[in-house]
Amino acid sequence: MNLFEIMGPIMVGPSSSHTAGAVRIGFIAQRLLGGRPDWAQLQLSGSFAATGKGHGTDRALIAGLLGMAPDDVRIPMSHHIAAKEGMEVELGHIELRGAHPNSVLLHLSRADKRLSLQAASLGGGRVRVEAIDGMEARFSGESPTLIIRNEDRPGMVGEVSAMLGYHNMNIATMQLYRAHRGGLAVMVLEFDAPVPLMLRQTLEHLPGICSVTYLELEGT
Amino acid sequence: MAFSSIEALLTAAKDMPLWEAILRSDLEDRGVEQADSIEKMTLRWQAMVAAVEGYDACERSASGLVGGDGGRMDAAPRHYVDSYGQQVIATALKTGECNACMKRIVAAPTAGASGVLPAVLIPLRGRHSDEELIRALYVAAGFGQVIATRASISGAEGGCQAEIGSASGMAAAALTDLQGGSPQQCADACAMALQNLLGLVCDPVGGLVEVPCVQRNVVGAVNAIAAAEMALAGIGTVIPCDEVIDTMRAVGDALPSSLRETGEGGLAATPTARRLVLS
Ligand code: SF4
Repeated sequence: MNLFEIMGPIMVGPSSSHTAGAVRIGFIAQRLLGGRPDWAQLQLSGSFAATGKGHGTDRALIAGLLGMAPDDVRIPMSHHIAAKEGMEVELGHIELRGAHPNSVLLHLSRADKRLSLQAASLGGGRVRVEAIDGMEARFSGESPTLIIRNEDRPGMVGEVSAMLGYHNMNIATMQLYRAHRGGLAVMVLEFDAPVPLMLRQTLEHLPGICSVTYLELEGT
Repeated sequence: MAFSSIEALLTAAKDMPLWEAILRSDLEDRGVEQADSIEKMTLRWQAMVAAVEGYDACERSASGLVGGDGGRMDAAPRHYVDSYGQQVIATALKTGECNACMKRIVAAPTAGASGVLPAVLIPLRGRHSDEELIRALYVAAGFGQVIATRASISGAEGGCQAEIGSASGMAAAALTDLQGGSPQQCADACAMALQNLLGLVCDPVGGLVEVPCVQRNVVGAVNAIAAAEMALAGIGTVIPCDEVIDTMRAVGDALPSSLRETGEGGLAATPTARRLVLS
């Protein structure tokens, strides 16, 4: 852990896992969706469900969906702010089997875009996305991340990495997931440096690529 | 890179002040300029002060279990402690209560233990410049980094010794350095503070960071002051700091999960706690 993960973060209490981490999950979801959702369904699981109310986990998630950072003093009022901005919120509980104790399943929509996301808060404000739209995809959001959905056929991984290599992008980690053979697959790539917009657009136009989502969070 | 042992930290501090050795390792670790690091630490110091200054004794946590104690401590006559001691206790309570009431605090090293460092440092503002107190935060963070690497700073992993205990060890080192103690004396102070809280369980009532968390911040602070006084008096420890930290890890591993933030054991399992959770 770096020095400021020990002395820090600056955050709204009371819990780095149940509050600060929850804000971060909401924030990541909002970024992946492309902006503030019009409608959000939050399903809390495990310890999030059991002690979430006292820790303000619901308020924290909503604050993140509204684009707030973990140290935003408006977090306690997020229900109110969401209502004022016209974001519809539904709260519920779910039992996600085999999931980390601090987990949440989010269903979001913004205009005609929809997104579902399962994520966990790991402690100390750090989080991990576990699945997107029901498909496994794990990443922390701590470094610039590309989430590429593509047809599951031979050569796709090679093409993507060749393209990235050609543009001098050094891949820090790469993970592959697929729903079933020959169906849809997901590549999650993490980088040390930001991925330029031009390159993301080029990737999107490669045959066999269905979507390219990019996440880059500024450090807190 | 971050120091992997107190031993290595003391070696690096042979020909420069402790805080500077820690600052330099941060610059190397994160690849940033000195101004960036100092500004970040200054912001943290300012946030600690702002939390205490913005404290409102009328506020209660969402569960209603905590709030107002910092104000009570400020207003009460003193019986045993001097004015610094009273402020230490009040500041620990206030920060802990701010955290429970969803105010902005600095996790140091965690939100639950966020009151320990502000408690011992903020009341020194008249005696020491902000610059000196920010350097003390570097010392605290440097020791905390080694604790996080070798043991843990998470109650869910290591019990409350890892949260309040770690904060207390960090604060003891910072206080010792602030009065001109040698790096070895800082390590001794940290070791003593950690030793005194070894085995402390994490047993929050209802799983909330409220009871006993808020008041435990006071113990972390008072223990740090005692450890720093002892170290500055030339009292050392038999077991070196690194070994104490490793012991904390071993003890944490041996704690049953009911005593590691699950809210199932310790005070959380008392009849009163159970009744409160149901109501
Ligand atoms: S009892 Fe547990 S939750 Fe409370 S301060 Fe200690 S470690 Fe943190």
